[in-house]
Amino acid sequence: MSATDPTFDLDGQPVPLQPGDTILSAAARAGHEVPHLCWSEEVSGSASCRLCTVLADGRPVAACVTPAVAGQKVECRTPSLDTQRLRLLQMLFVEGNHFCPGCEKSGNCVLQVQAERAGMTDLHFEALNPERPVDASHPDVLFEPNRCILCQLCVRASDEIDGKRVFAIGGHGIATRLLIDSPSGRLGDSALSVDDRAAHICPVGALLPKRVGFAVPIGQRRFDTEDTRG
Amino acid sequence: MDTRPLETAADPKGLRRIAIDPLSRVEGHGKVTLLLDDDNRVRQARLHIVEFRGFEKFIEGRPYWEVPVMVQRLCGIYPVSHHLAASKALDRVAGGWPVPPAADRIRRLMHYGQIVQSHALHFFHLASPDLLFGFDAEVDRRNIVGVAGAFPDAARQGVMLRKFGQEVIRITSGKRIHGTGAIPGGMNRAVDPAERDALRAELPQVLAWAQDAVTLARRLHENLPARYADFADTPAAMMSLVGRDGAMELYDGVLRLRESDGRIAVDGFDDQCYRELIDEAVKPWTYMKFPYRRDLGVDDGWYRVGPLARVQNCDFIPTPRAEAARQAFVAAHGGQPVHTVLATHWARMIELLHGVETVAALLDDALITGGPLQAEGPRQRSGIGMIEAPRGTLIHEYEVGDDDLVTRCNLIVSTTHNNQAMNEAVRAVALRYLDGETITEGLLNHIEVAVRAYDPCLSCATHALGQMPLAVSVRAADGRVLDHVLRSSTGELLRDGPAHDAEAAQ
Repeated sequence: MSATDPTFDLDGQPVPLQPGDTILSAAARAGHEVPHLCWSEEVSGSASCRLCTVLADGRPVAACVTPAVAGQKVECRTPSLDTQRLRLLQMLFVEGNHFCPGCEKSGNCVLQVQAERAGMTDLHFEALNPERPVDASHPDVLFEPNRCILCQLCVRASDEIDGKRVFAIGGHGIATRLLIDSPSGRLGDSALSVDDRAAHICPVGALLPKRVGFAVPIGQRRFDTEDTRG
Repeated sequence: MDTRPLETAADPKGLRRIAIDPLSRVEGHGKVTLLLDDDNRVRQARLHIVEFRGFEKFIEGRPYWEVPVMVQRLCGIYPVSHHLAASKALDRVAGGWPVPPAADRIRRLMHYGQIVQSHALHFFHLASPDLLFGFDAEVDRRNIVGVAGAFPDAARQGVMLRKFGQEVIRITSGKRIHGTGAIPGGMNRAVDPAERDALRAELPQVLAWAQDAVTLARRLHENLPARYADFADTPAAMMSLVGRDGAMELYDGVLRLRESDGRIAVDGFDDQCYRELIDEAVKPWTYMKFPYRRDLGVDDGWYRVGPLARVQNCDFIPTPRAEAARQAFVAAHGGQPVHTVLATHWARMIELLHGVETVAALLDDALITGGPLQAEGPRQRSGIGMIEAPRGTLIHEYEVGDDDLVTRCNLIVSTTHNNQAMNEAVRAVALRYLDGETITEGLLNHIEVAVRAYDPCLSCATHALGQMPLAVSVRAADGRVLDHVLRSSTGELLRDGPAHDAEAAQ
């Protein structure tokens, strides 16, 4: 980085930017953590989860879809934003059925690690305990809607990477849900293949390749650290 | 002592009964009810399990590969046993049975670590206060803190033995409690040589402590006051897995049933066919089922599982120190079958010693550090996994649909096998020590002592460090409550409090 390269300021740190960058993509490339659930560099941004909300020159924006602007002052880790993130995470937990102790995604789960990093120690809100039947109709992929956070990563991956458009978001408000493009509405009747990127991009344990389960031992999971030891 | 009439009073006038179905496994809260006649004679005595957990129900509909981890949450004391029993059942579903030799050794290592930690916890933390201080000693001494004050060496050895067992579990499952090591068809990890070596270095001391624990348990048993010589003496058939050669075998074997007089009734029985051997009966006053031998029926077919059964059911223990201790146990009882439940503690410490010896042998086995860890084969629709958990025989059975979701689950845990035996022990103690007496805290503890000998989960999950919440109701024959005593989890004795919902409904 030379003195003339364009940068923006992220919590006091200069972040270089390239044409087409969003605040989040530039920050991620420079090794800065902007909390997020629904963003992946593999697909377009969707601003679904709002965990990446930052203040850009004082204006709240979703960092994953907001173009980075040279010279801009971006605030990410303010007490107010951190509290907002914590509440968003707690709402996601109570809206679904997220039981980390029995979940095979534990240790590899973005929701879990974001909650941990946000210092979440309780649900805060009343759990809704929805009843959502598991869709195990696909021979190789499990859909566990109890864990779906409606991040749309599978929607975008199926659309933009796999070219299949297997998934969509339907309904409104609390009834919003992931739709599957098949005559029965079930995964087994859809065009999804276990080799599709959409079958692997889920940040939580909602879409999973079958029969993998707990194959990765504790200590070698994505978010395990030296301190991961029970 | 014929205790059978005490299960149900001949004229239970004024009692209403409840029936709840489906029944499922329980862990924790215990309740004893007694019915007395006008002369304060015991007419009915029951151990009730009043919590409903429903694990079998909410495992249904889950993907089978999730189950070995999920079912661990049944228990905080012996989750490894559920983990491994479920894994053994689902090995068959995944077509991965038998698992590769390395996976087999690592699972065994995990299991025997579990035996060590659970047995140490039960004997030192939960049971020893009764044995060291007396059944009716001051209540504020009867806990592990009291033991640590009066018998610091024993308390420390108990803590350290348990720690050793927990470390064995950690290096095989990734965590001391609720790890993930076993998966259908094998294991997800081998043992790190450095961690193995660290445990090996502790073995001489741990073996000495385990040997001391057997000595202590024997001394406490043999020094019991004379009035406890026949404490809860309840002859029962004994069931356990054994090796095909008759050896004590806690991870995988064949079923053996021995009559209370010592004769072998069933031997070499395939665990996959257990349904031909036993069935389960339901009684309306408790959430816990009553398993029984099919050939003898509900009334006569009950049996005992756990350390007291296992030590007497096997022909030998395949490790030298524990085998010597077993022979001493047999000799001390003149070669006759032992059915006084307090002898369970002695048997339990013999098994703890066997556990440490087995861990030592497995740590020397190079297979635990690597090799193929997973087996594959044709997918099956069902599987049964049976294991000897610290408390006794544990059975997991699953049916799995073509979509990989569990369609049926049946769990028979050790406490369930022992349900009738525990009730018999409660009745024997009630007749011998409470009949015609005014109930005191010390007498209440006599009942606890009998239950505790069977079931470390019951005495722990709801009763940290020796304080089991226990409710005893004394009713007249017409159903009127004469006395209701609740001992809280803090040891406080409460009278005239509200009865438990399930009890009030009776």
